[in-house]
Parts: sequence; C-alpha cells; structure tokens
Amino acid sequence: MKKLLASLFVGLVATAAFAEEAPDVLVNKITDEVLEIVRKDKDIQSGNTRKAVELVDTKVLPHFNFQHMTALAVGKEWRKATPPQQQQLIVEFKTLLVRTYSNALTGYKNQKIVFKPFKMNPGDTDVLVRTEVLQPGAKPVQLDYSLEKLEGGWKVYDVNVAGISLVTNYRDQFTQEIRNGGMDGLIQTVAAKNKSLESTLVKVDK
Amino acid sequence: MKNGVLGEDLKRCRRLLVSVALILSAGIASGDENPRDPYEGFNRTMYSVNDALDTVALKPVAKAYDTVVPLSMKAGTGNFFGNAGDLWIGANSALQGKLGDAGIDMARLLINSTVGIFGLFDVASELGLEKHEEDFGQTMAVWGVSDGPYFFWPFIGPRTLRDTAGWFADSYVDPVWSASRRSIAVRNSLVALRFVDIRASLLPADKIVDEAALDKYAYIRDAYLQRRRNQIYDGRPPRLDD
Repeated sequence: MKKLLASLFVGLVATAAFAEEAPDVLVNKITDEVLEIVRKDKDIQSGNTRKAVELVDTKVLPHFNFQHMTALAVGKEWRKATPPQQQQLIVEFKTLLVRTYSNALTGYKNQKIVFKPFKMNPGDTDVLVRTEVLQPGAKPVQLDYSLEKLEGGWKVYDVNVAGISLVTNYRDQFTQEIRNGGMDGLIQTVAAKNKSLESTLVKVDK
Repeated sequence: MKNGVLGEDLKRCRRLLVSVALILSAGIASGDENPRDPYEGFNRTMYSVNDALDTVALKPVAKAYDTVVPLSMKAGTGNFFGNAGDLWIGANSALQGKLGDAGIDMARLLINSTVGIFGLFDVASELGLEKHEEDFGQTMAVWGVSDGPYFFWPFIGPRTLRDTAGWFADSYVDPVWSASRRSIAVRNSLVALRFVDIRASLLPADKIVDEAALDKYAYIRDAYLQRRRNQIYDGRPPRLDD
C-alpha cells in the first residue's frame, strides 16, 4: 500500500513537472521532433510545402501565441482595432507566417541546431531561448525564441533569425497599410497576399 | 606610387559623392515619411534598378554557381574570403575595446592561414575559436556615431550613412581589393568570385522575402536595420519597448 502511494505520488510529481516544462526544454523538444520528421520525409525535403505546413500546424502552432505576435507586429494601432478586426488579422497573419516559414523547412539540408546555455530566475515569465543553426560550409545563424508563461504553459511570441524579428519586421509595412486603408485595408492586403501564395501552391500540386 | 593610387581613389570618391548629392537634392521628402528613411523615393528607385540588374545578370550567375560548384568548393571559397577578412575583423574588435575577441581573431588568422591551407579550411572554428562579425561601421557605432539616414545604393545595396562611410574604410583596407597592386585581372576575378559567392549564399533568403513581404523594399530595409543593430550589440541588443 505504501509502495503504491509512493509510486502514485511520484507519478503526480512527474505530471506536474511535465506541465511546468522549462521553456528551453520545450523548444528543444519541439525542434527535435520536427527535424526528426523532416529528416525522414522525402516529400518535405523535395519542396512539398503543403506537407510542411501540415507538420507546422500540428507540431509547432500549439506552442505559439499568435494574438501576442499579431499585436506586436501591428504596434500601437492594435488597441484601436475592434475585436472582430483583431481576430481576422490574427487569422490572416498566422496563415502568412506559417506558410512562409514552413517553406524554410523544405530547404532543410542536415543543419544542426545547437542550444546555447540557458538561465532563468524562478519567477521569470518572459524569457529568451537562444539557439544557433550550424550548416556545413556556412556561418552559423543565430536563431532565438522569445517565450512567455501563460496559463497553458510557455508560448513563443517572437522568433529572431540573425537578429531579425520575424514579427516586428512587419511593423513598418503594417503601419503603412493602416495609414493607406485603415485596419480593414491591412486585413485585406494580408488576405490577398495569402491568396496569391495559395494559388502558387496549387500550381505546384499539379 | 601609393599616393598616386590614393589620389585616384579620392578623385573617384569625390565624383561619386557629388553625383549622389545631386540625386538626393532632387528627391524632396514628402509629409508622412519614415524618419529612418528620409530619402525613400531615391532609395526605391535604386532598389528597383538593383533588383532588375539582379534578376537579369547576377541571380542567374549565382544560381549556376550554386548548382555547378560542389559544396566542398563553395565552403572553401567562403572560408578563403572569410580568412582574408579576419585581420580587419581583429583590428575592429581591438578598436571596440574587445581585446579578447581580437586575440581570437588573430589566432584564427594564424591557424587558418597555415594549418587551414591559405584559409581554405576553417580549422579554427573546429577548434572552438568562433568567427566574429565586425567592420568599421560597427566600430563607429560603438564609438557613438549614430546610424544617419538609410540608403539603398546601386551594387552595394542597403547601408545607413554611417555604414556607407564604414564600407569605404572596409573596402580601402580589403586585402582582396589590394590585390590590384599585383594584378588587376586577379583582383577583378577575386572580387567577382566573392560577389557571386555571397549572392549565392543569399539565394534561400530570396524565396522567403518574396513570400513573406507585403512590400519587399520595406521588408529588406527593416531586416537590414534590425540585423545591423544586432551585429553592433554582438547578438545581444537591448530590448526596444513597444
């Protein structure tokens, strides 16, 4: 009986630890999982973007906070948008980011991801996980993830490649679109961009 | 002899600066301009000229180079030019007060020029001596010189005013350009090879920019400015508040 209780207790502690998974461990785990699949998938390696998008949808997206990402990309105009406008833009921006960066996965050629030393203080709710992409015959590329602690665990809200934030790099373009056509104009532009990308995807499928 | 070369260079510089000043004064900025990009009109024109040249001339060559040349040779080429740059990188590390980094840069140069056979192999990186990215524009930034306006130049592409000045300094001490004192043909071949090699290394990024950007010009500008800031702070820039 004692033994049973003890093992139950251990089990409980283990589950709790899993829920509280450290942000660097989380990023490491997702990276390993995704690269393992890409390494085995000849379709993705030969440029099948649709399959890469599916992979990102199932494995990566649950760990991203797109609301925060979209707000960050828009900047101070975000608070002036109505909730339906915000929702629409989140959906369109998510599609654009997933579509473009899934494509980066199809260019995978034996790159290695190295994790840099990570330290965080017990109370931290906003951290930076630093990694580096190593590839034969080229300079290492810095790849950093910003994560925040939410109720559902740690979520990524920004990705930095070689010091370029994939999110805030949209700030000036979004501001320009809002200036020209308001928030609805911006939503339409991003939606139109997604449509044109979708049509090239259909061509590839045929 | 050296003075003669310098005099020529200066004359060429002056002519270039005069024509740039003329073009800039022609493009008068409009009302809702981006404070970091006051000459956007001029820059967008230059960007489309460059883009057109790239599409018809440079990109096809880079693509061919990328397909034909085996990976080991491309790596050797990149390493060779990387090694040629390490002396100046070390000088800039030292000028920024990073003496430890400067020591590593010099050790890299020594090891790669000897054990690495004229820099074709980056043995130093394998030994754990990390390559740094430094140039005179970054050194001036560390000394407190601000970015100045953003420019998109023909051929050399995006540079802030400070980094344009830095680029002139970098080019002046560039060992590849200095090869001209021996043979112009060798220099031109080396400069062209390095140009194509760099362009080829950017091919994967092309597709991403094509797909990700709502406005390619603005996307490239903002990526350039972010990347420079990251380089100036050696990969750890302080956070900007939103």
